[in-house]
Amino acid sequence: MAAAGMKIMVGCKRVIDYAVKVRVRPDKTGVVTEGVKHSMNPFDEIAVEEAVRLREKKLAGELIAVSCGPKECGETLRTALAMGFDRAIHVEINDPKVYETLSPLHVSKIFAKLVEKEKPGLVILGKQAIDDDCNQTGQMLAGLLRWPQATFTSKLSVNGDSADITREVDGGLETIKVSLPAVVTADLRLNEPRYATLPNIMKAKKKPMDKVNPTELGVDLSPRVEILKVEEPPVREAGVKVDNVDELINRLKNEACVI
Amino acid sequence: RRVHGAAEKFSQDQIKPIVREMDNKQTIYPSLLKQLFENGFMGVEIPTKYDGVGANFFSSLLVVEEIARVDPSVAILTDIQNTLINTILLRYGNEQQKSFWLPKLACDTVASFCLSESASGSDAFALKCHAKPQKDGTYLLNGTKLWISNSEQAGLFIVFANTDFSRGYKGITCFLIPRDSPGLSVGKKEDKLCIRASSTCPVHLENVQVSADQILGEVGQGYRYCIELLNEGRVGIGAQMIGLTRGVLDATIPYLKERKQFGQPIWEFQGIQHQVADAMTRLECAKLLTYNAARLRESGAPFVKESAMAKYYSSEVANHVAGKCIEWMGGVGITTDYIVEKFFRDAKIGSIYEGTSNIQLNTIAKYLNKW
Repeated sequence: MAAAGMKIMVGCKRVIDYAVKVRVRPDKTGVVTEGVKHSMNPFDEIAVEEAVRLREKKLAGELIAVSCGPKECGETLRTALAMGFDRAIHVEINDPKVYETLSPLHVSKIFAKLVEKEKPGLVILGKQAIDDDCNQTGQMLAGLLRWPQATFTSKLSVNGDSADITREVDGGLETIKVSLPAVVTADLRLNEPRYATLPNIMKAKKKPMDKVNPTELGVDLSPRVEILKVEEPPVREAGVKVDNVDELINRLKNEACVI
Repeated sequence: RRVHGAAEKFSQDQIKPIVREMDNKQTIYPSLLKQLFENGFMGVEIPTKYDGVGANFFSSLLVVEEIARVDPSVAILTDIQNTLINTILLRYGNEQQKSFWLPKLACDTVASFCLSESASGSDAFALKCHAKPQKDGTYLLNGTKLWISNSEQAGLFIVFANTDFSRGYKGITCFLIPRDSPGLSVGKKEDKLCIRASSTCPVHLENVQVSADQILGEVGQGYRYCIELLNEGRVGIGAQMIGLTRGVLDATIPYLKERKQFGQPIWEFQGIQHQVADAMTRLECAKLLTYNAARLRESGAPFVKESAMAKYYSSEVANHVAGKCIEWMGGVGITTDYIVEKFFRDAKIGSIYEGTSNIQLNTIAKYLNKW
């Protein structure tokens, strides 16, 4: 596949802004989202930036941003367009009940259908969303497409029909080579996303945004998970001072049960 | 909304960390200046064909407001460029002047608005700067402008001088003078209480030769352009003051929720809550006055009274709220470890520049004559 014309598809999830103090709803069914500042998932911003950089290096052609959710996701997509993307696809999910139980499996199935249609050479997703921390969509998508996957990517270089990738893993850094097309998930140190400048924001208004209905794609969005309860983490209690090492070991073993 | 989001994100990420330093050093870092240009914040209303952003007046105000929320000194630089400089060129420049200067103003050149002098502040049209017509059609400019913002950085000076004192203010003409013009020099920066990062210097004009094609608009119409522009500039100052007020509250409220006295956060005391509620209400009034003036301007309706009210009231609110914030913070409010004292100082300029509060009240009162 000619790298210069390679299409890249990137997922952009609209999440509660990282700086907001999240509050649990009084009915304990979820968190408060009404009137709360939302923005693009930071890892998705990094994915968007990486795609734009690849195009600047002339290693990519058309850049397509995708988001699944209510109409406000259009804003998230406009940000991707303002950062340099060419086109956006908004998979509209307007029913709040469906949106609330939308999970990585649903999203990866939607993406798989879009990939079939658009035939990108590379899909870059954020490694996880900062609201649910699932860290599953990229992996599931690769599985559905039977494509190679490179997750927790901190360095990406495209060479013709393969890519050299450095992954951040528990033991340190792992370097792998994947053949394209592949699914890559972006980790924090992959890059530092650019600001959408005002001129680009204005240009983005005119870029095309297609709306797609998930039923058109033949994806079943029925919930696979039922949320029973959402609550705040327990209030952090004060620490305890112990008199000697024996007591420490005793309490770690018998109270905290960690050894 | 996206313009607002971009300005907010940039200001919080890039400007906020260096605010105190720039205040101490009395300078705006050239790297920040470059970023302001790159992000389009200096050419918001300049059409895209001149390399501007092509957005509207309201967008300029949002940019100024969000920047002021972090640093009113940087905000005034952006405000002057957008509401005074770019506007006067767009409105009165001929095609040659526009295509030469607008792209520069959008991309890399700061400009200064040179009206005030030592003997003419509120009485602006008593200016003494002389543009003597020469036999060959050029003009020779002599005089000293004072209190010129951004002058240290400016590449272009928009100078108001009188070509014919016998005609009184009807001789005032507007000239476009590039920095490298022989005879133009920028004097020593004022050491100021407030907006210290913004350079405020005298601009000396000594036999500066100016050709007729450097005249902006028509000879003798300068006073009219001035009145018009400062009217719009007022709404910009309104936005700056609103931003300042929001910024000082941003810096104060979290502290009130943390600081405990008598066994509870001071935020829990009704006295404090009442004062904060009052401050928020005044802020809301200032916002509505300013946004309404902007709305009227955008719809082409007269807005002189409303812009005077917006500027007057927003600066009063900024001063009041910043003062209150220092009181709520207590002892730490007056230390330079916290940014609140800077907002308090910066607020003072609001009731002085671009038309003092007294002048604004004069303007508003004139409309009452029609009652």
